[in-house]
Amino acid sequence: MAHAHATHHPINYIRVWFILVLLLIVSVAGPFLGIRWVTLLTAFGIACIKAVMVARNFMHINLEQRYISYVIITVLVFMLLFFAGVSPDVMKKEGSGWVKPSWQAAAAASSAAQGGAAHH
Amino acid sequence: MSSAVRPIATTRSAAGMPTGKLAVWWVIASEIVIFGGLLASYIMHRLAHDAWSAQAAHTNTWIGAFNTMVLLTSSLSAVLAHQAAERGDGPKAARLLYATVAGALTFLVVKAFEWTGEISEGFTITSSTFWSFYYTAAGLHASHVIAGAILMLWVAADARRNLELHRVELIGIYWHFVDIIWIFLFPLLYIAK
Repeated sequence: MAHAHATHHPINYIRVWFILVLLLIVSVAGPFLGIRWVTLLTAFGIACIKAVMVARNFMHINLEQRYISYVIITVLVFMLLFFAGVSPDVMKKEGSGWVKPSWQAAAAASSAAQGGAAHH
Repeated sequence: MSSAVRPIATTRSAAGMPTGKLAVWWVIASEIVIFGGLLASYIMHRLAHDAWSAQAAHTNTWIGAFNTMVLLTSSLSAVLAHQAAERGDGPKAARLLYATVAGALTFLVVKAFEWTGEISEGFTITSSTFWSFYYTAAGLHASHVIAGAILMLWVAADARRNLELHRVELIGIYWHFVDIIWIFLFPLLYIAK
């Protein structure tokens, strides 16, 4: 059981935890600035950093057999492919040979309401 | 337990690592697809519907942040338990695993209070698509927290008697993965408003 990482440079787990907590505080504080790109950066950028820190320092993924990282990267790429393939259907109101009637009706109702408000 | 009757996952190392550990990584790869599919669906719907931000405004960032802190701390105790197991100190590993279970219970109790408040305000799983995603994602994650806590109690009971100490690392890897899922759920459900 005592394997590879016993021979590697020891990790100061409490220091890693402290950095993770600091990053959490930054991610909570980010939205208070009211700047959209800062919020996205502090929320999702920091989430990625925290995830990598946990995977490397707590799960020791970098000390496992190399193919473990390849398996994890492969399934993450599958998720990106899923997103790329499905998101146009979800996020667009019309495409080549198809429309979303409910979205078009909602958009028409919205513009009619705005037009009515402008007349008054 | 004599080596003659130990599970094959404990002793065999055909893939360059104990088969039990390989199985845990395989479970995690499968779980990434389960949670990844759910979160990818949430993100694409969230980007397509600006009105969801009005729904998301009702989630409590402070409760989410507190639970993130709880899970990060429970991950620390889990990795310290692994460190104790590596040193052959089963009783210490068991104590640290019990501390991790305490973190899991704290997380679940806080979540129960949070959900009770939201449901009493009328935000149920059928209120809107946002709340459907909210309860499904957080509920699926909570079910993994419950499973992890039960398994940790089992592993700790053996570790206390210096038995099957390799399992401390295996349950730890799973627990850190549960932590990582929450690391992404927190900004998606509580910060992006």
